[in-house]
Formats: sequence, C-alpha cells, structure tokens
Amino acid sequence: MPPKKSIGAEYLKGLWNENPVFRQLLGMCPTLAVTNAVINGIAMGLATAFVLILSSLVVSSIKKLIPSQVRIATYIVIIASFVTIADRFLAAFFPPISKALGPYVPLIVVNCIILGRQEAFSSRNSIGRSLIDALGMSTGFILALLLLSSIRELLGSGSFLGHQLLGSWFKPWTIMILPAGAFITLGVLLGIALLIESKTKARSV
Amino acid sequence: MKENTFILKSSPHFRDKDSVSKIMYAVIISLIPAVAASIYFFRLKAALIYITCVASCLITEAVFLKVRKKDMHSLWDGSAIITGLLLAMTLPPSLSLDLVIIGSVMAIALGKQVFGGLGYNVFNPALVGRAFLQIAFPVAMTTWIPPSTLQVNTATFATPLGNLKFLASITEGSLTPLKDLFWGNVGGCLGETSAIALLAGALFLLFRKVIDWRIPVGIISALAVFTGIFWITSPDKYTHPLFHVLAGGLLIGAFFMATDMVTSPITPLGAWIYALGIGSLIGLIRLFGGFPEGVMFSILFMNTFVPLINRYTRPRILGERRRRA
Repeated sequence: MPPKKSIGAEYLKGLWNENPVFRQLLGMCPTLAVTNAVINGIAMGLATAFVLILSSLVVSSIKKLIPSQVRIATYIVIIASFVTIADRFLAAFFPPISKALGPYVPLIVVNCIILGRQEAFSSRNSIGRSLIDALGMSTGFILALLLLSSIRELLGSGSFLGHQLLGSWFKPWTIMILPAGAFITLGVLLGIALLIESKTKARSV
Repeated sequence: MKENTFILKSSPHFRDKDSVSKIMYAVIISLIPAVAASIYFFRLKAALIYITCVASCLITEAVFLKVRKKDMHSLWDGSAIITGLLLAMTLPPSLSLDLVIIGSVMAIALGKQVFGGLGYNVFNPALVGRAFLQIAFPVAMTTWIPPSTLQVNTATFATPLGNLKFLASITEGSLTPLKDLFWGNVGGCLGETSAIALLAGALFLLFRKVIDWRIPVGIISALAVFTGIFWITSPDKYTHPLFHVLAGGLLIGAFFMATDMVTSPITPLGAWIYALGIGSLIGLIRLFGGFPEGVMFSILFMNTFVPLINRYTRPRILGERRRRA
C-alpha cells in the first residue's frame, strides 16, 4: 500500500498527474463528442462531476456491504441512479442543452472515469478521501473539457460561449466542430501534455 | 591494424546511387509541365497560390525541424517543396491565400511532422492538407472559376465532374468535350486540368523509374473497368470510362499522389492490391457517392491499409518453406 498522500495532494493529482483526460485517457467518448461548444463542455463536465462526487460518497460509505463478486453491478446501479437525476434535471431546466448533449448524458453511466474511481479508489478509501479524490477528478475533467471545447468553438465558430469573439475577417474552420476536429484537437493537446510531462520530469531528476 | 580487423556490419551492404533529394528533385522536374500549364490557364492567381504554398510548407517544415532539433539540411531535400507543389495543384484557383497558408501548415504539421517527419507519415501530406481544407471550408473549396483561356464571363464555373454529377441526365453537349479535358481547357483544381502536361511529367518519372508503374496502371484500369461496366449496361445514365480517366484529379492522383514512396506498398503484389483498391473506390464515389470527385478520399483511405498490405504480401525469404495452412 503506498503511503497516504496529504489532502491537498489527493485533490491536486486529479488536475494534472492523474488527470482523467490527459493522463489516464479515460472518458474519451464524452470528451470527443460534446466539446464542439463551450456550453456543452461545461454542462457535460458538471453533470459528470455531480454523478462522480455523489457515487463516490455512496460507494465509499457502503463499501463494506458490497460483495466483491457483484461490486461492478452495484456501482453501476448507484451511478445510474445519479445519472437519472442529472438527466431529468437537465431535461427539466435546460432543455436546449439536454437536447444538444443527446445520448451522452445517459451514457455517463458507463463513463470509465466514474467507474474507474469507484473500483480504484472509493471502494478502498475513507469517505473523506473519496470525496476529495472525486472533487479533484471532477475538476480535472471539467478543466480538460473546457480547454478542448474553447479551442474547438473558437476555431470552429469564432465564438466563445456563443459570443462572437473573432471579427468577420475570420473564416470558421468547420472541421473543428465536426468529429475530425475533436480528434485533431485532442491529439495535439495530448502531445503537448506529454511534452510538458517529459520536460518537468527531466528537470526534477 | 586494419588488416586484422574483421568488419561486422549489418545490412544493407549495397546502396543504390539514388538519394532522397535526387528522387525528390526528379519529381519536382516532372511536375514542371503541369505547373506551367496551370499558370497558363489560371494566370496570376495560380502563380500566387504556388508561391504561398511552397513558402508556407518550407517555413512550417523549418519551424518543426528547429523545435525537434533536427538537421536543417533535410529542409532542402525537396520533400517539403513537393508537398507544397502537390497541395497547390489540388486547390481551386479562386481560393484565398490565407486558406492556402492554413492548408500548407496542416499538410506539413498534421500530415508529416506529427508522425516523425519524412518516411514515417502514414498519409500523403499534401492530401492531408487538402482534406483538412475540404472539410474546414467546404464552400471555398468547391467554388470554381473558368480558365482565362475560355472566353466566358462568369464568376463561377462547374468542373466537368461537377457537371456530370449534378446535371439530371447526360445529354449531348452537356458533357465537357474530351479534347478540352486532354489539353486542360476546363474548370477545376490548379494542376489537375491538363491531362497532357501531367502525362508528360509522369512519363519522365516512369522512365527514371522513380514511381512504380503498377500503381497508376492499376488505378486507371480499375477505374476504367468499374465505370466501363456501368457504361456498357446503361450508356444513357453513365458516361464512358475515357471521360472518367481524363476528368478531375484522376491522373494527378494516380501518377503523383498514390505513388508517394512513403505511403504506398513496397511489394509488387501489394502495389496491385493498393492500386486496384484506389481505382474501384474512385469509381464507387464518383458514380454513387455524395461528392463528384473521390480521388483524395480513395487514396487517403487506401493509405491506411498500406502497412497491412505490406505485411501480408511479404515475399518468401529465399529457402523459406511455404507455411502450411
């Protein structure tokens, strides 16, 4: 068992060292699919954060009651309950966003970030630590989606959160709001993340 | 000391006198007739696009070589110049220069350098740049102007394949005459219009054995057979194969794009598979797809299969027994 990290380190690891998108490459499906506009990215990030934090809380508090043979199924039931809440909430209060996100809100059920945190962390750590871990991972995921969707919306429509930022001289790169643009942006960002990682590693050694 | 040393060296022991830059400059020479023809047909616009394209490709390449701390000599091996020339040849003459720059940067950055530079790229860099532009700016990439040698006063002009695709039926006179297709007196991308100029350059390359003859022969015959079958069965609905071979980007694609040494198979059998695949895909897209032209997508698509083709068409090593199935 590795030595326990401080509370701060437990939170911060989700932002960079174990960032779900850039370091663990988890949750690629929503990352690629819904980041064509900043508002969609934020909504997806918040919905995932809601589900992740609450499921981590529940899983870590009942971890002793879950038989290990059916643990995955139990996690899924817990996650699915919160996803249903998030899905209905979005549909009731933000119908346009709910429509834009389409099937990707229900698909949070099988989001591997959430399932991965339950299996790897909440099921073997205290409630407090699980909460901090879930908060860190959620922040990391939201930041990643925000970065990706900002780049894509700026280049693909010349706007940010629907406000036209670039003047009429700018010709929108339609490809950036299409799936191909998602892969190109994510690929370039992953490359940059790896480059930063290798540079900082080389310095600390 | 030297006499007593037993020199151990791994293969290759025999080297050809060809080098990367020798081959690249042969390709550049072979492109000259087509470049000249396009400057004749589209005048200043064409010249500006060529200059912008080649310059921005060279600058992008230089930036990447600098950042990756590579030898700056490889900037002048000619590969970036070819990418620039080929990309320019696939662009519509009316494209504005800022889009040309974006395309060139993407061609070198996404098509070549992210994979590790020349020799490591999976896709033809010029076609990656063009595909990016095609999807990013679909309207600008499909606005055509008439060549200045045709005395027509219209702002836009349909390409021969566009006519074929979007006209309801093939009637006498609606088809671009073959004579114009052959000499290049038609609308279209800069370098694809003049069949005779492309063929002249291609003959030079074939003569110098820079390109594999199987690839263009395979592509052209596959397309001719594919479109020929449909033409024979219903000639009032489909046009004849010769039109398909001469129109659009088929010739430039078959001779200059698909034959790129890095992104085409190395075995003779592999070259046949690759070429037949490209040719029939072009036919499929042209006759039944949503786009009037399919050369770019067909070549990029078959590029992805090249590693697989190479693997399964590996020739038997001398003395190796045939493996029993």
